[in-house]
Amino acid sequence: MHFNTGYRADAELLARRVGEIFTGYDAVVMPSGSCAAMVREWYPTLGVEPPSGVYELSEFLVDVLGVVDVGAYFPHTVTYHPTCHSLRSLRVGTRPEKLLSAVRGLKLLPLGGADECCGFGGTFSVKNPAVSAAMCTDKVRNVLDTGAEVLCAADNSCLMHIGGTMRRQRAGVRTMHLAQILASTEEEPA
Amino acid sequence: MTGARARGAGATGVSGTFVGMPAFPIASAKAVGDSQLRHNLHKATHTIRGKRAAVVGEQPDWTELRAAGAAIKNRVLRHLDVYLEQLEAAVVKAGGHVHWAADAAEANRIVTALVKATGETEVVKVKSMATQEIELNEALADAGITAYETDLAELIVQLGDDRPSHILVPAIHRNRAEIREIFQRSMSEWGRPAPADLADDPPALAEAARLHLRERFLAAKVGISGANFAVAETGTLVVLESEGNGRMCLTLPETLISVVGIEKLVPTWQDLEVFMQTLPRSSTGERMNPYTSMWTGAAEGQEFHLVLLDNGRTDVLADQVGRQALRCIRCSACLNVCPVYERAGGHAYGSVYPGPIGAILTPQLRGMSSELDESLPYASTLCGACYDVCPVEINIPEVLLDLRAKVAAAGGKGHRVERLAMAGARRVLESPGLLKAGQRAAGRFRRLTPRRLPGPLAGWTDTRDIPAPPPQSFREWWERNR
Ligand code: SF4
Repeated sequence: MHFNTGYRADAELLARRVGEIFTGYDAVVMPSGSCAAMVREWYPTLGVEPPSGVYELSEFLVDVLGVVDVGAYFPHTVTYHPTCHSLRSLRVGTRPEKLLSAVRGLKLLPLGGADECCGFGGTFSVKNPAVSAAMCTDKVRNVLDTGAEVLCAADNSCLMHIGGTMRRQRAGVRTMHLAQILASTEEEPA
Repeated sequence: MTGARARGAGATGVSGTFVGMPAFPIASAKAVGDSQLRHNLHKATHTIRGKRAAVVGEQPDWTELRAAGAAIKNRVLRHLDVYLEQLEAAVVKAGGHVHWAADAAEANRIVTALVKATGETEVVKVKSMATQEIELNEALADAGITAYETDLAELIVQLGDDRPSHILVPAIHRNRAEIREIFQRSMSEWGRPAPADLADDPPALAEAARLHLRERFLAAKVGISGANFAVAETGTLVVLESEGNGRMCLTLPETLISVVGIEKLVPTWQDLEVFMQTLPRSSTGERMNPYTSMWTGAAEGQEFHLVLLDNGRTDVLADQVGRQALRCIRCSACLNVCPVYERAGGHAYGSVYPGPIGAILTPQLRGMSSELDESLPYASTLCGACYDVCPVEINIPEVLLDLRAKVAAAGGKGHRVERLAMAGARRVLESPGLLKAGQRAAGRFRRLTPRRLPGPLAGWTDTRDIPAPPPQSFREWWERNR
């Protein structure tokens, strides 16, 4: 947030702190594409060495652990929004969809205009609220067109934005993080 | 003609076209509410986007071509002085005249004097961004010279007393019914009127424009153009276009004046070959554009002047991060793919350079001299779609972020409060104790989550609910379940 809004000195202090906390681990798993992109892509521009072994959740599961089927159970229709930074900075590709497709009971429905930004953009959403809302309306229209019960993404900020809009519109579609669905089981359904 | 001339000048006054434009959030909010505009833009951008994706997708060495384009332009920028002098020498040797313009005012003075020296009061123009940038038409109008735009879309903009809203398709914000209306209302003021029974299908509109323009081409003694490229080794200028109107303006008049930004250079013909592949695919989504005109110095019986324009470019060159914007070949792929441009339209950017490239180029060229310029680096979600398609690998998000840091550091309007808020948020995020306490409080009092936020945050709750914090934070869950 600080970095993306232009406050580099604050961002650098936070980056150093994150560096201190997360150094020395084999893997640092980030359940957010934009956080992982910030650390991997932009920390160096702040003069901060990123901690090694930073992975976005789906990268960690598929590439490091080598699992696609995590044994989850989620008997619902789901559509997936591949957030911008996962898609274009981290290039996670179809890893999240592969994970979802392996969930028992889950039916994955394709999202139209999936690669288009939802309009959140951090402080963009408050600095340019009209354009942000217009973008989100189009995203929500695409979500509703799928007929899915659940919209899934791997970034809570985008989910907060799209989810907040859908709740305001009484759209009746639940937003869930990828981790929530992958953690759902028959015994402990999400 | 006098009527048209006066109207053209009065509507936009010299260098005043974009002065006093509201900042991006305000101008774009207005555009967002215009349903016809939204529809026109959605349709047009998605059509070009699809065409581009198809022809780029079939090019097996696209990644290499992109990298080569970026490398060639970087070489040009590194040795700009050398290549510019090489170009000048080659143009002079081929019988042309070369003029150097430090800024818009100087360029306008040079061109106006050149036209006046011919004794003519009318010129025909090839579509050109550089002359839009310096507002040449308005300067000429003030000197009693009428400039006729001959590109179809520019013609629509000129006849509609409008401003361009796209680099390649300046009238992208208009649909064909609106264009028909503009032709019927205004063509007669500028020359041959539109037929009374003009239909609004594209062939009929194009035919009306063709007839209207033809008498211009045949009468014109002076042509004015820009250039897509200038090849330093031979002094050759290159214009790519779709309609052939540009070629008429380049070949028929006795005097040709070309205004070219100093970054348009490529060293050699071999370098040009790369862009001949990437530009048409990126801009119109064609493998090759219909008309490519190349000329070296003065043709027989023709006088040729090249005006090399700086107008802030050397300032941009001095900026280590921002200078990559000078690689731009004005293909407009970044506009067509930009979700913000698609909703805000081109006018909201307050410059002849709209969309992502405008958001990084305009503030740099103008030196962030207004609230509008300072708002442009924030006119993006940083989604990265522009960087993905750019045929010269301009990392637009990187430049946007760099410009944001400059705006925040300057501490202009609104940024002082924001600075305090950011520092406060940083302190909470830095301290595990504070963060934990905050999360716990939010969880306990989740029923009190407000429906409306105050002050600058009200923009959020106007259209979205705030998510209620979870009853238990991940931190708490982890402490219990690890
Ligand atoms: S920035 Fe890149 S994509 Fe945008 S107009 Fe320039 S060359 Fe084309």
